[in-house]
Amino acid sequence: MGKKITIEPITRVEGHGKVTIKLDDDNNIVESRLHIVEFRGFERFVQGRPYWEAPVLVQRLCGICPVSHHLAAAKAMDVVVGAGEGNGLTPTADKVRRLMHYGQIFQSHVLHFFHLVSPDLLFGVDGDPATRNIVGVAQQFPELATQGVMMRKFGQEIIKATSGKKIHGTGAIPGGVNKCLTKEDVDNFLHGADPLNIDKMISWASDAVELFKDYHLKNKKFIDEFAYFPSNHLSLVRKGDGALELYDGVLRAVDADGKIILNDVDNQEYHHHIAEGVKSWTYMKFPFLKHLGKEKGWFRVGPLARLNVAEFIPSEKAQREFELFRAYTHGKPNQSSMHMHWARLIEVLHAAEEMKRLLLDPDLTKGDLMTTGTRKGEGVGIIEAPRGTLFHHYKVDPQDHITMCNLIVSTTCNNEPMNQAVNWVARNVIAGNEKVPEHMLNQVEVAIRAYDPCLSCATHAMGKMPLKISLEDQSGNILDEVIKG
Amino acid sequence: MSNEIQLTIDGKSIVAKLGQTIVEAARDNNVYIPTLCDFKNLTPAGTCRVCSVKVDGRVVVACGTRVASGMVVENESAEMTDTRKAIIEMLFVEGNHMCPTCEKSGNCELQAIAYHYRITAPRFPFLFPKKSLESVHPLLMLEHNRCIQCRRCVRGIRTKDGKGVFAFKNRSNNIELIMDKSRADDIDDELAAAAANICPVGAIIKKGVGFSTPIGERTFDKQQIGESYGK
Ligand code: SF4
Ligand code: SF4
Ligand code: FES
Repeated sequence: MGKKITIEPITRVEGHGKVTIKLDDDNNIVESRLHIVEFRGFERFVQGRPYWEAPVLVQRLCGICPVSHHLAAAKAMDVVVGAGEGNGLTPTADKVRRLMHYGQIFQSHVLHFFHLVSPDLLFGVDGDPATRNIVGVAQQFPELATQGVMMRKFGQEIIKATSGKKIHGTGAIPGGVNKCLTKEDVDNFLHGADPLNIDKMISWASDAVELFKDYHLKNKKFIDEFAYFPSNHLSLVRKGDGALELYDGVLRAVDADGKIILNDVDNQEYHHHIAEGVKSWTYMKFPFLKHLGKEKGWFRVGPLARLNVAEFIPSEKAQREFELFRAYTHGKPNQSSMHMHWARLIEVLHAAEEMKRLLLDPDLTKGDLMTTGTRKGEGVGIIEAPRGTLFHHYKVDPQDHITMCNLIVSTTCNNEPMNQAVNWVARNVIAGNEKVPEHMLNQVEVAIRAYDPCLSCATHAMGKMPLKISLEDQSGNILDEVIKG
Repeated sequence: MSNEIQLTIDGKSIVAKLGQTIVEAARDNNVYIPTLCDFKNLTPAGTCRVCSVKVDGRVVVACGTRVASGMVVENESAEMTDTRKAIIEMLFVEGNHMCPTCEKSGNCELQAIAYHYRITAPRFPFLFPKKSLESVHPLLMLEHNRCIQCRRCVRGIRTKDGKGVFAFKNRSNNIELIMDKSRADDIDDELAAAAANICPVGAIIKKGVGFSTPIGERTFDKQQIGESYGK
């Protein structure tokens, strides 16, 4: 008589996750699955709407990275209005949008690391759940907690200056932007009173990378081995030189050995190379590289994948960290899930340096905002969102109504990888146990959290993670039930 | 004989010109009475009822009622404010208004009046009528979900030779704005923009310009509706 453990985190509306782990009579793992009930209604919802509404409408998909959706939709509509891809925009529009994007990457990564992940590192994954949360961090490591809060605030102020609001702004419109920055804005970001200025952000970002490296040194086994599995990696890179590029680039993928398996594919061509598979037990799709097939073609996206795929980082301090990161795995792709946090913090540093570079650019405060061209019936916009590659694809009829919308969000790309990570925990932490104590369940979440805060953040951020775990036999009788919260 | 008369609005004595409507007199005297269907030089239509006031114990529309000597007008009493809020709430539930993604947001008079009265949720159930977004012209879309049937476009938008462009078909719940397709050739960029501008809500959309005014620069970002009036 087999048993089934179900872990059901009660999370925010846009992403609801549940983990089931099936055990046989000897408590060996039969299988583990991460079910994500994803809200895909948006693809239908935008049908019939005017194309210029998409960037404002679709960003409501997500409360954490709305800017990514806003920009991906705007980029797709740039193509539709004939402004071309990325470099077709005016220098001002391109730079304002990039600044918005880096502000978003910065604040989202900071939230992810400081608010959601740092409790696991500072108190240990098996630490007392009563203090293993952001409130505990604020009490015992007040300086660190303050840094997290202020860095996030800085990122949000950048978003507000570029899009009009901290959340759900309107800055990017098809063919450009509706505003540039004022000299006062720029001056404030460059020379604002401590700590809200860009130099402080860069220095705190460097500190955060050091904090992680130090932790890594002391906890090598955990950081290196936890949820380790080989995979392909996919990301945008800068056209031409393969540099890390988060706003506009070509698609590249490498396999577990670092061999290029998708070479610099143009955004508009993505659907010739990437398909989405379905499985009977979940609504969430499984994207894969067509030429490798479903079994071998799945890939990871996000900070780890980006640093595995990119040739270098075009900013000074982040590049130095990138070299250390790559050297650690001897230039081969890094396969450790927990190194995702290392990569994420290097990106925080890169984002801070990029913001400074942009803030010093005079184009940010003057110049043409809009580009027009010949209308097209279809457009694809791909962007590297904080959690990974995000695809927006639209068709627009001659009367300007959207007739088709296909979105592949980062969470969907990381569906198989997150399942692999959960499986690792099931086999290496939970297997052989009749009862599942809190710290083991937390490790399931630690694995998911490495990839995606949206599945597990909302409640965790409040210092609570209500979980229902039930141990079932095959006829569905509950043998044991634990409520954590 | 002087054409000036005296009346009171909420107890305040004001001087008005004979022949003026209550709304006009109030405006000249720095008193705010909210309006939606009333527009500049158009003949009052009295379609929205948002300007409802009480005169000598009777509820009338201030945009369509002329002042009279000694008139006693109740504008901001608790009762009239509540009546007015109910009317505004009805306008919301009778359509499908999703302000967060609406391109008129920040420039919309209905939204602005709702903010003015701090309306957070309507007291009536949403009707969720089935309405559509219709492309009627290379330059124009009609978003029927948002039309409040104020008729500002019907009254105010005319081609160069004075012909009307918009009208209504059907009655009651099935009433729907239509554009006279035979006038299509007479609608240029300027007239299309005028049509979108005369509409107090986001029901007439000029194509391709949505969201081009940044947050902070929109009409009611700078000054809330009614705010220029003193107390
Ligand atoms: S028309 Fe006005 S009230 Fe209606 S959705 Fe748009 S902004 Fe809101
Ligand atoms: S389209 Fe606008 S102006 Fe015309 S009746 Fe409807 S709400 Fe009024
Ligand atoms: S403004 Fe008076 S009835 Fe509409």
